[in-house]
Amino acid sequence: MRRQHMFSVAKVRRRHNYAEAKLIKVPIKGVTKLEYVIEMLGIRKEFGDFVANNNITLQLKKGEIHALLGENGAGKSTLMNVLFGLYQPEGGEIRVRGKAVKITNPNVANDLGIGMVHQHFMLVENFTVTENIILGSEPTKMGVINIKDAAKKVQELSEKYGLDVDPYAKIENITVGMQQRVEILKTLYRGAEILIFDEPTASLTPQEITELIQIMRRLIAEGKSIILITHKLKEIMEVSDRVTIIRKGEGIGTVTTAETNPNQLAEMMVGRQVEFKTEKTEANPTDEVLAIENLIVTDYRNIDKVKGLNLKVRKGEIVGIAGIDGNGQSELIEAITGLRKIKSGNVRLNGKDITNMKPRKITEEGVGHIPQDRHKHGLVLDFPIGHNIALQTYYQSPIAKGFVMDYKKVSEKARQIIEEYDVRTGNGEMTPARALSGGNQQKAIIGREIDRNPDLLIAALPTRGLDVGAIEFIHSRLIEQRDKGKAVLLISFELDEVMNVSDRIAVIYDGQIVDELNPKETTEQELGLLMAGQSSKNNMNGAKEGND
Amino acid sequence: MSNRVINILVPIISIIIGLIVGAIVMVVSGYDPVQGYSALWTGIFGDSYSIGNTIRQITPYILAGLAVAFAFRTGLFNIGVEGQLILGWLAAAWVGSAFDLPKIIHLPLALLAAAAAGAFWAFIAGFLKAKFKVHEVIATIMLNYTALYIANAVIKNLSDGGFKTERVHESASLRSPFLRELTDNSSLHYGIIVALLMVIVMWFILEKTTRGYELKAVGFNKHAADYAGMSVNKNIILAMTISGMFAGLGGAMEALGTFGNASIKPGFTGIGFDGIAVALLGANTPLGVVFGASLFGSLKYGALNMPNAAGIPEEIVSIIIALIIFFVASGYIIRVALQKLSKKKEGQ
Amino acid sequence: MGFLEMLYFIIPSAILYATPLIFTAIGGVFSERSGVVNIGLEGLMIVGAFVGIYVNLEYASTFGSATIWMAMLAAFIIGGIFSLLHAVASISFRADQTVSGVAINLLGLAVSVFLVKMIYDKGQTDMIDQTYAINRFAIPYLEDIPFLGPLLFQNVYSTSILAFAVAFGAWFIIYKTPFGLRLRAVGEHPMAADTMGVNVNRMRYIAVVISGALGGLGGAVYAQSIAGNFSHATIAGQGFMAIAAMIFGKWHPIGALGAALFFGVAQTLSVAGSTIPYVQDIPAVYLQILPYVLTILALAGFIGKANAPKASGQPYIKGKR
Repeated sequence: MRRQHMFSVAKVRRRHNYAEAKLIKVPIKGVTKLEYVIEMLGIRKEFGDFVANNNITLQLKKGEIHALLGENGAGKSTLMNVLFGLYQPEGGEIRVRGKAVKITNPNVANDLGIGMVHQHFMLVENFTVTENIILGSEPTKMGVINIKDAAKKVQELSEKYGLDVDPYAKIENITVGMQQRVEILKTLYRGAEILIFDEPTASLTPQEITELIQIMRRLIAEGKSIILITHKLKEIMEVSDRVTIIRKGEGIGTVTTAETNPNQLAEMMVGRQVEFKTEKTEANPTDEVLAIENLIVTDYRNIDKVKGLNLKVRKGEIVGIAGIDGNGQSELIEAITGLRKIKSGNVRLNGKDITNMKPRKITEEGVGHIPQDRHKHGLVLDFPIGHNIALQTYYQSPIAKGFVMDYKKVSEKARQIIEEYDVRTGNGEMTPARALSGGNQQKAIIGREIDRNPDLLIAALPTRGLDVGAIEFIHSRLIEQRDKGKAVLLISFELDEVMNVSDRIAVIYDGQIVDELNPKETTEQELGLLMAGQSSKNNMNGAKEGND
Repeated sequence: MSNRVINILVPIISIIIGLIVGAIVMVVSGYDPVQGYSALWTGIFGDSYSIGNTIRQITPYILAGLAVAFAFRTGLFNIGVEGQLILGWLAAAWVGSAFDLPKIIHLPLALLAAAAAGAFWAFIAGFLKAKFKVHEVIATIMLNYTALYIANAVIKNLSDGGFKTERVHESASLRSPFLRELTDNSSLHYGIIVALLMVIVMWFILEKTTRGYELKAVGFNKHAADYAGMSVNKNIILAMTISGMFAGLGGAMEALGTFGNASIKPGFTGIGFDGIAVALLGANTPLGVVFGASLFGSLKYGALNMPNAAGIPEEIVSIIIALIIFFVASGYIIRVALQKLSKKKEGQ
Repeated sequence: MGFLEMLYFIIPSAILYATPLIFTAIGGVFSERSGVVNIGLEGLMIVGAFVGIYVNLEYASTFGSATIWMAMLAAFIIGGIFSLLHAVASISFRADQTVSGVAINLLGLAVSVFLVKMIYDKGQTDMIDQTYAINRFAIPYLEDIPFLGPLLFQNVYSTSILAFAVAFGAWFIIYKTPFGLRLRAVGEHPMAADTMGVNVNRMRYIAVVISGALGGLGGAVYAQSIAGNFSHATIAGQGFMAIAAMIFGKWHPIGALGAALFFGVAQTLSVAGSTIPYVQDIPAVYLQILPYVLTILALAGFIGKANAPKASGQPYIKGKR
């Protein structure tokens, strides 16, 4: 297929301020409108005062994989939700196969052949796979749902596209990878020709990502067209034909993948030069701060999740735990911080046994914790941000004298931290935490934890959902702590982050640390294999063959 | 339009709409709304007798409102104020009539007994929630009925098969001949002072203590509170207990001030449920509760005048109160309407 | 009274008392399964009881033997309409569902008593004529079966049969039909249902109206089969007991049916305990509080394992993640 461009970003100027990048529309003769299966022209979407999409244009060719790139909060998901009929745009036009349409709800989108594979799965946990797939268009026999027919059709589709799904399994019992394939099946069941994938690789292992890419290629081979929403530059380079970039609700432009590179894409995405590698000096670790020995922890169902884990973290180093979600990370953190009972084994802090101590005591012993879910565990969103900053210290002097609290002191400390950590609030320390952006909320949390001067700082998914600027800030603070001689334990699902920031990587699999590596001496492939449970020591041949 | 302004407008608009709909109901039922509302007004402000009684009516409403509001602020729905109040009433009446002590001890003792009784009854619900995850709405409702029957049985017992307990002694009474004289023989008593003191107590606890900080945190986000090292269960139980304390004191107002005894009740007093309306209208703040209690206490007392002066059943006021609750609860839609209106004005 | 006689007395009476609870509890199941908490069932029962008695008193001569059914139908319809208030407040106005429910309770009671005073000039209605009340009958042939006969088939109320039918019908609808699948989806994961093209708010409106209709029906059945008249004290917690039965029954129609029967036994002991040997020796107050205490114990004992529909109690707002 000839590659034609309606828009191209000509001359990406090497300037510091990318607001100036010019878009040159070059109409090229010979391109018929029918080549585009989807055209979103000049779309505008508002939520009250907030403009999520401002005059964005995206055109999808038949049979292509078209990536939609932008940071968190740039407006990608919103744009796709407009296409999918979940939102109605305030301005602009949508054309499907050349005809202008109004997509008023997902049913209309389905009828037009548009299907969406959501980032956060839209699956009812206690329904079966089949029930989830047929919801809304159930086949019936005399008023009763015909489950047998439905399951058969699901099975057929599953085999046709190589999706390997059990129609009668309950969602709560299947893996994340299989759940995603159920999402894909939902669209295929309704005869989707155009599939939208919203950040599909967020919770997958490197191997599962490879499988997903193969599935996408197979879908294209069967005549489908795909829009891939993502912020992962490597995936875009690997699998997409063209990329449309969005930044803060504005369309920046569309490029052909073969003619660009990750640096260029990142610059367009962010608006300035981006450093991929964090600057840091060599680590000089000294004494042990955290020592975990043979730790066994169970989850809420009484199943062992941490199965005899050993780990040490020393002063002046950052240990990054790499692993796939669900291998015991959450339970490990909760055990260290006292939020979960430890079944056996022990945890020492600076030589002192803190096993099963109360959370508050552990905090007082010198542990800081940036929780992985900042809205659920890190903040009381309905409190002013200033009150949140006092969350660990409200009962101590100088804020409290006995049982009376001095809110003046709370405000003082809050203002100090807001200033030091560049927390943008809008209305000062009395701004409700809910009103701050994710990045600023996280900065406040980090400020609060670091200000207490803990010997051990635990950072769990500290940059989840944040934009590049906030990520840089947080990484530099973690390194700063390390340079000051603190011990930092980083848990992350982003391999880039782990490799970039850590001095030492510990891979967690099935509740144990299976290997420890130097980030400078390992590769993503090797880490990926370890994270998936294939020890490079045992599978020498397998690992070598996998690396090509 | 700023958030603060909207926060005050929503309750006011709800009241106005409630009164308007009440007028419509009266018209549709064949009554004269003008006559009705003027009977209501006279019933409240007509003379010093009505004013005295109105203030007297407001007194337990303040406490019931504080009870509900305090629980709400900590994320709990205390619908059991009714039962806690009834038991507080009984406790105060018993202590007031069973002992002979100097007033400086007897009165506080009776109040303390009422507070303790209410606190204990609410503690049960809090405990059930904390330990067994029993939803406090159903638990407190069930405890209401339980309290009603138990109180009636105890009164029957104490009075040897009669209908009410002995008269509360002078040394434990909140009544005052001075106040009575001032208001043409109404039943106004010093309880209003106790109630207003409790308003300050609630404000102090919530806004000035570490305990208040914890209670609010637990109420807003118990996960974050947990992660911050707070004991969620302890706080839930404490919140319900303090809430019950206010409720019990509400009962003491009736025992030691209004009636001077505890009598067998054929059904609920309604004060507890109206307390919910008071708390809602007052946005669960101490000052708001005073305002809400004043409004609903006045309405409830003034309603008594409506059958006589206008031939309208007094339940019309309960209808109006229920409607006001609806509208306050639907505040979101009023907010949206207000914001649209203010946008229009700015656009002009 | 021997043990067998006791059973022959308690079981039919339990079914009688359980019947209004069954209707109301099933109504609650529909509403909660769609994600809307309905505390207002007590108020809806009150309204239903009033409508039932009113229609019975005023139109007994017109309808004759069909009176009870017309009264129930009227209560069914009016209950559904009254519950629209709760639906609009909770779904469209995003009010706190518990608060809205409490308001419904207050409003239902106030409106009903107001109307009684307005129409009849006194606080309670007259008793309905017994010939037009819901009466017992015996099922031929089945009543002669030993043990089961006197237990289940000799003192049968038509409304009890209807209640069982409603319970099983509800089970069928909720678990076997597309409507039921979508109802459950809306209560568990409304956003998922929305993406599949299911109209979440419309589903919830329908569910709340069903709960109002069944609640009203339950009240009318209670008034016409047990109370005989209407006053502010006619419905005293039965609506809440129905909610407890629903929770106890884990939001499953048949479970709610079983739980309602259990509460029916408690109510029987409470009301008629003085005629049953052994029971009559227990001081009255313990029997009076028995149903309520049992409710609490039931909730405390089982609630740990029961899971309400995941999205219960939260308004569905598009665009919220």
